[in-house]
Amino acid sequence: MRARAAGSTVRKDPIPRIKALVFPAALLPALYLWFATLTGNLGANPIEALIRGHGDWALRFLLLTLAITPLRRLSRWGGIMRFRRMLGLFAFFYATIHLLGYLVLDQFFAWGAIVEDIIERPFITVGMAACVLLVPLAITSTRKMQRRLGGRRWLRLHRLVYPAAALAVLHFYLMVKADTREPLIYAFLLAILLLMRLPPVAWAITRKP
Amino acid sequence: PDFPGLKQSRFSVDEPPTSWESVTTYNNFYEFGTGKEDPAENAHTLVTDPWSVTVEGEVEKPGSYTFEDLLKPHTLEERVYRMRCVEGWSMVIPWVGFPLANLIRRLGPTSRAKYVEFTTLHDPQQMPGQRRTVLDWPYVEALRIDEAMHPLTLMAVGLYGRELPNQNGAPLRLVVPWKYGFKSIKSIVRIRLTEKQPQNTWNEMAPHEYGFYANVNPAVSHPRWSQARERRIGEFLKRDTLPFNGYAEQVAHLYKGMDLERFY
Repeated sequence: MRARAAGSTVRKDPIPRIKALVFPAALLPALYLWFATLTGNLGANPIEALIRGHGDWALRFLLLTLAITPLRRLSRWGGIMRFRRMLGLFAFFYATIHLLGYLVLDQFFAWGAIVEDIIERPFITVGMAACVLLVPLAITSTRKMQRRLGGRRWLRLHRLVYPAAALAVLHFYLMVKADTREPLIYAFLLAILLLMRLPPVAWAITRKP
Repeated sequence: PDFPGLKQSRFSVDEPPTSWESVTTYNNFYEFGTGKEDPAENAHTLVTDPWSVTVEGEVEKPGSYTFEDLLKPHTLEERVYRMRCVEGWSMVIPWVGFPLANLIRRLGPTSRAKYVEFTTLHDPQQMPGQRRTVLDWPYVEALRIDEAMHPLTLMAVGLYGRELPNQNGAPLRLVVPWKYGFKSIKSIVRIRLTEKQPQNTWNEMAPHEYGFYANVNPAVSHPRWSQARERRIGEFLKRDTLPFNGYAEQVAHLYKGMDLERFY
C-alpha cells in the first residue's frame, strides 16, 4: 500500500470517493431491517427475522472480504485492497448485531439458557466461535495496530478469518431443518474463494496475461 | 363468516388468539416452500374443490369419500387451541372443526385398528415445494388410536370462523394441540387405520430429532432448540413451555408408565 503512494502522481486518488459510496451502501441492509422492524413490516416473528437478516449479511460481508484478494489477482488492480478492511469491519458489525440480537431480543439475557445453548447446541457453539474469532481481527484492524504487531504477525493473526468464515457457514448449515440449499450455496462460494488462494491456483491467476 | 352459528367448545382456552395475519402468513408447509412466508405466497395453486379422502385399512367402511360427504354428519364447533411449534414458537388459534373420534367411529374401526395414519396430497403441479425432495413426499403423520380418539383431537376445516386458507392446510387438516405442530398434518387425502405403528415423515428424516409421539415436553430438548421456553407470536419475552402444551390434565394419562425421554 505504501509503495503505491510513492508511485502516485498528480492524478487524484479516486478510492476515497468510492469508499464514500460503499460505506452507506453497506449500511443499507441494516437500515432496511431496522426500519422494517420499527414499522412492523418484518412479518409475524420480527425478532427471528431481524436476527437472521443480520446473520445473512454478516456472512455475505465475510465472503466479500475474502473475495478481495482473488479479485486483486484477477484484475491486477491493487487499489481494491483498500476496501478490504472496510468490508471486514462491516462483517464484524453485522455479526455483532446478529449476536446481540440473540442475546438481548431472543434470550433477553437469560444467561442460563444461553450457556446451555452454547454447550448443548452445536449450531450455537459454532456460531459463537465464529463471532469470537472475529473480535481480535476487528481490534487489530487499525493501521496503528498493524504497525504495532508487525506485518508478519498481523498477517498470521488475520488468517483467523478463514476458520471464522468456515464456522459461520457451518453455523448456518447446522441451523437449517431440512432445506440445506442456501447454506450450501455459501459453502460453495467459500470453497471457491479458498481454492483461489492455493499457491498453484493463485499463481496461475496472477500470471494470466 | 363461512360457518354461521358456530358453537364455542368447552375445550377452548381463554387466551387471546394470535392475529389472523400472523396465523395465515407464518406457516411451516414445506409443500409450498421452506420459508415461513412461502406457503401464504404459493398456496393459491392448491385446488381444494373438489376434494376427496380415501379411507382404507382396518375399517368397516373403506372407500373414497368426497369432502362434503365426510363433513355432512358432523356438527362443527369453534375450538381455541394453543399451537406449539417444535422450533420454539407458539400461537393461539381459533379453529373450526369436529372431533376426529366422531369420524373414526363412523368409519367403524376393526379390532385390529391400533394406529391412524394420515397422508397429505402429493401433486407437484399444485404443490410447487414438492418439486424438490426436501422431504420424502408425500407427508405422512400418524397417531395411536387412543390419541386419535381423544376428545381434544380435532379435524379442522376452518379458522377464525372462515374456511381454512390453503396455507393452513385446506380443506381438511388434523389438529393435535398437545403435540408439536408437525403432527397436525395438513391437506389430508388419505386416512388409513393400521395394526402396526406407521412411519411419520419427520421421524423418518431425522429420528434422533423428531419422535413418533412428539408430545410438547419442556424437559426434553431438541438437539437444536431447548424446549423449555417458547415465544408466543406477538410477544417479546419468552414464556415457559408447559408439559403437553398445557393439556396435561386431559392427556397425560395416555402415556402413563411411558418413559417420555425415550418416547419423545
